[in-house]
Amino acid sequence: MTPLPGNTAVVPVASDEPQISFSIRGAATLLIHLGGVWNIAAGLPTPPDLGKELAAVGGGRQIAFDAQDLKAWDSSLLIFLTALFAGAEQERLEIDRSGLPEGVVKLLALASAVPEKKDARKSGVRAPLLTRIGARTVEAASATRRMVSFLGETTLAFGRLLLGRARFRRHDLVLFLQECGAQALPIVSLISVLVGLILAFVGAVQLKLFGAQIYVADLVGIGMTREMGAMMAAIIMAGRTGAAYAAQLGTMQVNEEIDALQTLGLSPVEFLVLPRTLALILMMPLLCIYADFMGILGGGLIGVMMLDLSPVAYFIQTQRAITLVHLSAGVIKSVVFGVIIALSGCMRGMQCGRSSAAVGEATTSAVVTAIVFIIVFDGLFAVIFDVLGV
Amino acid sequence: MSESGGHIEVVDLTMAYGDFVIQRDLNFTINRGDIFIIMGGSGCGKSTLLRHLVGLKEPARGMVRYGETSFWEAEPEVRASLMRRFGILYQSGALWSSMTLAENVALPLTQYTSLHADEIKALVGLKLALVGLAGFEEFYPSEISGGMRKRAGLARAMALDPDILFFDEPSAGLDPISARRLDDLIVELRDSLGATIVVVTHELASIFAIGNNSVFLDAESRTMIASGDPHQLLHECENPVVCEFLTRGEAKAAGSMS
Repeated sequence: MTPLPGNTAVVPVASDEPQISFSIRGAATLLIHLGGVWNIAAGLPTPPDLGKELAAVGGGRQIAFDAQDLKAWDSSLLIFLTALFAGAEQERLEIDRSGLPEGVVKLLALASAVPEKKDARKSGVRAPLLTRIGARTVEAASATRRMVSFLGETTLAFGRLLLGRARFRRHDLVLFLQECGAQALPIVSLISVLVGLILAFVGAVQLKLFGAQIYVADLVGIGMTREMGAMMAAIIMAGRTGAAYAAQLGTMQVNEEIDALQTLGLSPVEFLVLPRTLALILMMPLLCIYADFMGILGGGLIGVMMLDLSPVAYFIQTQRAITLVHLSAGVIKSVVFGVIIALSGCMRGMQCGRSSAAVGEATTSAVVTAIVFIIVFDGLFAVIFDVLGV
Repeated sequence: MSESGGHIEVVDLTMAYGDFVIQRDLNFTINRGDIFIIMGGSGCGKSTLLRHLVGLKEPARGMVRYGETSFWEAEPEVRASLMRRFGILYQSGALWSSMTLAENVALPLTQYTSLHADEIKALVGLKLALVGLAGFEEFYPSEISGGMRKRAGLARAMALDPDILFFDEPSAGLDPISARRLDDLIVELRDSLGATIVVVTHELASIFAIGNNSVFLDAESRTMIASGDPHQLLHECENPVVCEFLTRGEAKAAGSMS
């Protein structure tokens, strides 16, 4: 056996590093000596150029191994050998594996036991622009169809509710009423008081210039009842309850709980969507009125503390400014916002895919959908009220 | 694969959720190269024991020793380095759903080695090929079957060439052929890697096909009532509960018939 000087792919430095060297066995066999410690943490050695090594031994057609000096090995050796064998196959060399450790031979056999499924690999080629536009259009049409279908199913479920034939647990409804009603009060209080403060503060700076600071009460009162009370309550509920609905139903979809309801003959829309929507429809007007009062309270704080108005004067001015029409406009809007929040949350949850990532997407999508539609419908209401002269 | 092995000793281990004791006074040893079965009826605390072994739950009392190191008394850094020697296959596969199979297997490698992207790619390819999933690198967990998810979970568990592999109900939810293949794979991995393997299962076929050492947890008495080679436990059956379990209730049925 003659070691071949200068032809090693990896030059041994220390005994705890992977070592590779070559020698000739017989007339035409390249013997590859493997030694040292092979550890993925230390990196992967580069497989040698077999053609070059074989040329040096005079054109041998077989490779064999000597692993007597191999102290420890892991996947790095397997990767090295896999690449080496691929090179050997290219050179059409005969491979004698008998010198390799038994475990290595078994693992290599295991890795090649199931052939690679070529048709399973996804194509990384990007589709042409027209194909992508077409696919998006089809997807958008399908999403619209699903949305309309969901709205239709919910309407039918409400119809059955009115006829007293809807099947859902009354206990669930009470629970949802509590969740989206009483439990939402602290956050609605905080945000509404702050919005009232902001409205009053912005108005006070301007109105003070004309000595008309008493009209801060009108600004806050009308602003909260017509617009901000309903809007802020809706945005809070979209982030709080709409997201929760999407996450709940999405997780149920992942756990096949919705399939279980369907196979039991229960309509998921009736059983799951109806009580949630009903709870929000019932609670949103109350939350809106509550938010109105809290906003007026916040405005009052500015009026009394910054503008030196008496609490009684502020109260009387507010009473004069707010009419039933203003209050009703806000309350009507809040009912519609409630429907939007519940349906966005439930629809995204019901359409959720079957993975945890899909639940996250459904939740985000529910909040975005709800807020977009809240703003759009608020704009529509502004136009309608203007046309009606309300 | 490495010379250092996974010699595990459980000493006076008591597991509890708050005041509720699941199992008490567990004492057993897992030898290097064992395929050790944790068995027992549903709800007896098998998976909870696994969580104690892999460092996900602290014992109420007692210790888990890896070699000379007591896991829960060790410094956090020592615990972290011990945990890197573990590979765990969870019951559902527990693949990260937002990542492809290749990314799932690559994550431990990118976090704990300084290998280049192409080296990691080669390793990922090898691990997936070992579990028969070559070619499925770009698939997401939601796009493959339950059995494939489990095998991909095993590929991820093997990513860092662990000394000790833990399996939680490996054959649950698999068809008999897939379950048998997974059992064969477990034995192959033990034989070729020299790894210690700990399996939580109540599948009798698996227990007898792969196990060479075991512990039996009893839900009623809340402690271990047998340990040793499952075949030996079956043939020299002393405890009626263990007999009934290992014979699928036939021992009891035969007893009541006679």
